[in-house]
This record gives sequence, structure tokens and C-alpha cells, in this order.
Amino acid sequence: MFDKEYLKKIGAEKKHWEETILRDRLAQTKEMRESFKTNSQIEVNRVYTPLDLEEVGFDYLKDTSWPGAYPFVRGIDPMMYRAAPWVMMQYSGFASAEETNKRFKYMLNQGATSFAIALDLPTHKALDSDDPLAEGEVGKTGVPIDSLKSLEKLFEGIPLNSVSMFICVAMSTGPIVLALFLALAEKTGIDPKKFGLIMTNEALMEFACRGTQFTTPGGHFRLSADVVEYCAKHYPNFSPLQICGYHAREAGCTAIQELAFPLGNSIAYANEMERRGLSIDDYAGSFTWLFSASLELFEEVAKFRAFRKIWANLTKNRFGAKNPKSMQARIVFYSGGSNLTRHQPYINIARTTIQGLAAALGGIQIMHLSSYDEAYQTPTQESGTIAVRIQQILGHETGITKTIDPLAGSYYVETLTKKIEKGVYEYLEKIEKMGGAIKAIEQGFYQSEIAEQAYRFNKEIETKERIKVGLNEFLMDQEVKVAPLRYDPDAEKKTIEAVKQLRKERDSHRVKQALENCRRTLKGTENVIPSIVEAVKAYATVGEIGSVIREVYGTYEEGKVRF
Amino acid sequence: MQRRIRVLIGKPGLDGHDRGAKLISRVLADEGVEVIYTGKFQTPEQIVGAAIQEDVDGIGLSILSGSHMTMFSKVIGLLKERKAEDIVVFGGGIIMPDDIPTLEKMGVDRIFPPDSQTSKIVEYVKNIPSRRRSSKNL
Repeated sequence: MFDKEYLKKIGAEKKHWEETILRDRLAQTKEMRESFKTNSQIEVNRVYTPLDLEEVGFDYLKDTSWPGAYPFVRGIDPMMYRAAPWVMMQYSGFASAEETNKRFKYMLNQGATSFAIALDLPTHKALDSDDPLAEGEVGKTGVPIDSLKSLEKLFEGIPLNSVSMFICVAMSTGPIVLALFLALAEKTGIDPKKFGLIMTNEALMEFACRGTQFTTPGGHFRLSADVVEYCAKHYPNFSPLQICGYHAREAGCTAIQELAFPLGNSIAYANEMERRGLSIDDYAGSFTWLFSASLELFEEVAKFRAFRKIWANLTKNRFGAKNPKSMQARIVFYSGGSNLTRHQPYINIARTTIQGLAAALGGIQIMHLSSYDEAYQTPTQESGTIAVRIQQILGHETGITKTIDPLAGSYYVETLTKKIEKGVYEYLEKIEKMGGAIKAIEQGFYQSEIAEQAYRFNKEIETKERIKVGLNEFLMDQEVKVAPLRYDPDAEKKTIEAVKQLRKERDSHRVKQALENCRRTLKGTENVIPSIVEAVKAYATVGEIGSVIREVYGTYEEGKVRF
Repeated sequence: MQRRIRVLIGKPGLDGHDRGAKLISRVLADEGVEVIYTGKFQTPEQIVGAAIQEDVDGIGLSILSGSHMTMFSKVIGLLKERKAEDIVVFGGGIIMPDDIPTLEKMGVDRIFPPDSQTSKIVEYVKNIPSRRRSSKNL
């Protein structure tokens, strides 16, 4: 990209600088460490110059191009945040449908236009609140959804079309969540095409980390694919698949792995859709991606940029996309709670600000920031509000929204972008060689790679090779009080009573027939979604539908490991 | 010859966050402790059953889902029921400071909240045999 003669001159002058100014300084003081590396173990040079761009083969028109133009490194939209800042979200849900409804109404009053719904673990695992396995877990990590009745309470007084978008982080219960929203829309007379719904609906990664799976990888994969196919045909306004690197990153992996693992999964889905006779342009335009970020600012910015480029290349050149929308990676960002400390919790506000900055400079579409008290509990109203205010400051006060992709052209950021891209392709090749993502996960490849990095990270903390403020340096003895999240202490009991009551009131014959029909479609090859919609309309519970799925595909069990 | 310290690391309930459980299992093993990790999604009954069968000195539970009160109390109750209350119970995870005294009163020997140094956990586990109460095994 640069003139050869000019590069030679830069090389000569760099050498001169190293042998004079730098050498003199190094003679006085040693650098803090022998070598510097990013969080993802990429070697970092003392300074970056056009020479580095030359080395990684950087070409402006090919590698960077224009916002809204292939390969979308600079962003998927030609206006980006000059049109409007990213969508500012708050992930919320706790205690019960009634309590969460109150929080949602408060958030609407505060100007929220979209909700990200956190589910509790029994709902994630398709268990009813009164299931013995759910004891102690109801309403803890999110809102419990037992049936259509719960969703009616959750959105009581909030018509679905009064909210522009719902994100429902249902990794393993995607088909049931889709059915619930469709049933509620029908019941309240609202056209499902009049609101947005993003469903995570990606259970493969759950086997590698996070762990909400409740049946076999093959069973989950088929169900997720049914959601994608059904939405592609009937509700293209919904996003039926949000492929997540987030949880792997939280479990310890590097930025490169955070991109490679979900991309590996996406290839499995694309192959499956091809088998079902759908083209990439039939569905990829509605996909979203969920990523996290560490505080390694430049590497994270480079990561988001590299990701868009890889996805654009895969969809266009491997799966033959013609529609640019299919090539555009719509990124949802959630700051990583694992970067936060329990000690001196208020300093987490600074940490999430930096992560949010990295995401905004990286050109994401939707942002959630963790609350500073995440190492203690589900956010309180106060801590949740602070997390939204940080985004508003980033969006409206810092000026970063004025120009698109402001770090493009930085010798360092462009070099990192190229290196991350290369690293991801190397991983994708490895996954492919193992027979694809499902095989790689079944063989424990993602799992062992993630555990290895988590182990390395801990070692670096223990040896202080890595400094974490308030954790292994700059400690404070005083215990900081975090305001506890308060809610109705009888919420769990009430939820359990409600589901028991529901079973008495509903037409049990209709439920039985609907579940029987689900069993039939699960065993067959036709799309399961219509039968699940019928079941939820009959007020079959999430746990009952889950039981049928487990019955047909089997349950998931982990074995003991000796260390 | 003195027997190696043996602990069971358990993930009770529905919580799938196993970064901490796997990490601490490996760190303890590096330090010569025999570790049996139960895997995710174990019921308190399965955990206590495995602990007795494996004749462990201690049970460490990792819980990040907020269900710690229920899970610890069930495990401790079952140990009593099966006359194995000499097995030391400890744990870690997302646990509010206010809950820790209650857990201790319940019989939990020690809670390691997030940010706990693994070296401190190793040091603690190495002393577990001396913390076993009126044990039939000692």
C-alpha cells in the first residue's frame, strides 16, 4: 500500500531511532517486562509503523473499504452512529413475572424502547417452577416463565407493539420462547410483524460453556434449526439465532477463540439450512451475534472489526450470499462480568465504561453494560440505571459517534485486526478438520481450549504477571456495602402456586392432545414450531414441553472427572 | 503413609457456570490434592452420595446462580442424615456477604467469594483434615 522507497526510508529511520534515542533511554531504564502481549497472547511491538502494515499485507481498499460496504470492517451502515447511537439495552428479569413487569414499566418511564429479558435457570432448562430440581433456583438469575400465563403477566399493560425490540436470552429453549411470543401476540391481537424479537436460540455453545442445555447436542441443534427455518419463512422480522462468543469469553477464552467458536457453530447451521433447501440469503440477514470484551481496548476494537470482515467473507464466498444484508454482522455487545471485581465494586463503573468504549469504537449495534454489583447479585434498579447512564455518556458526551470507525488506519489497530483475522481462520480450519462444530464440541475441544486459557489467566493473577486493581494490587481492607436487591420474599412460593393453579384450571384434555402432537413432530421431520405454538396456546407448561423433548431426544448428563 | 487429601468439587443444581469449579479442581490437583469433580447439574443427593462413596475429606460447592442457601442446607442436612457430618463443607460463587454468617451457622466451614486467590483456597484445603470433627475415619 505504501511506496517501496518510502518504506525503506521508514525502515532506515526506525533503525536509527532504535540505535540512538531508544538505546540511550534503555541504557537508563529497563522496560516493565521482557515482552508485551495482548490479553489474547498477541505479541505487541514497542511502536507500530507502516512497516507493520506492510508485513501483515494490509491493503486499504481490500481490508478496510467503506462503512456499509463489503467487507464491512468499518461498520455495517454507511452512517453508523451519525444517524443514531447504538441501541442501549438493559438486561433485566428477576423474582417473578409480576416483579419484572414493575421493573419493565419503570424502564419504559425512563425512556427505554427495548428490553432484554433475563430468564431464571429452571426456565432455561425447560423445568417448571414446581419441579423438585428447580427448588431454590426460581426467579434467581432472571424471571421465571412457566407458561403463556407468565408471559401475560410479564407484559401486563405493555402491548408488544409498544416496544421496538425484545431480546430473549433463551439459549436452549428458543423454540418455546418463539411459540410463547407468537401465542401472546395472537391472544392480544397484535401482528407479530409489528415488533422485533431477538432469540439467542443457540444451544451448541451451551455444551462448551454456560450450560443451559437440557437434551442432546443433536436434539438441540435440530430445534434451533427449526426456529431459524420457521422464522425465515414466516417472520423475517425476528432474529431467530444469536450466536454467542460471549459465554466462551466469560469462561476464559481469548478474543480469537471468542470469534472462532461461534463462527464454527454458524457454519454448522448454514450447512444444515443448505440441506433443508434454504439459501444463505433466506435467513442470514436476520442473525445477530453476541460478544463480550475485556479491558484490552485496542485488541477489542480490532476484534469487532475483524469479525465483520470474516463473516462477510464466509457468507459471500463460502455460502454464496448475494444480498449484502446477509454479509453484515449485527453485533450485540454485553460487557463481561468476569472482568469485574468484588473488591471495591464501585471501580467496576470505570471498567464497564472502558469495555463500552471498546464496543462503540468497534462499531457494535446493541449494547448492554454490566452493573457494578454483578459479582454480588442481579442488578438493583440503581445499579442498572448507572449502567445505562454510562452508555448515554459514551453516546452523547464523548464525541466518539461523530466519525465512523475512528481507529481505522491506526498502524496498531489495523495490524491487530489482520492478526486476529488470521488466528480465527486457523481455528476454523482446526474445527473443520475435526468434522465441524458439533464433533469438536462432543470431543471437548472448545471446552479444553477454554479451560486452558482460564487456567493461564489465573496463574498470571496469582504470580502478578497480570495486575487486576483491587484484586492482586491496590487492595483496600474495608468491606464495601452493596445495596441488596430487594423483592417480594414470597415470589418463589407465589410462582409455584400459580403454576399449580394453572394445571387445575386449563383444559387438560387439550393440553394432552397438544403435547402428543409435539411428540409426533419431534419424532418426525416436519418443523416442530407450529405444534409447540399449539401447546403453549393450550397452556401446556414450559416444563411439560421440555419433558416431551427430553423423552424423545434423551437427557443430558455430565460424568465425574478425576483430577 | 499419610493418605493424600481428597476433596469432591460439586456443582449442584441447574447452574452451568463451571469456570471456577474446573479451575479450582485443576489448581488443587497441581498441589497434590486428589480431586473428584462431579460435573454440572448434580442434585445434593448425588453429591453427598459421591462424597461418601469416594470417602472424601471435604466437599466444595460452586454456586453462581443464587441458590446457595438451598443447596448448602440440603447437602449439610443429607450429610447429617447419613452420619457423615465429619466431612467438611466449603464453597464459593456469587454469594452476598450478608448470607455468609447464615451459611456458617448452618455448618458451612468456609465461603470463598469471587476474587478469592486460589493460593488461599489451596492453603485452606490442605488444612481440611485437621478441621474434620470427631471423625470415624480418624
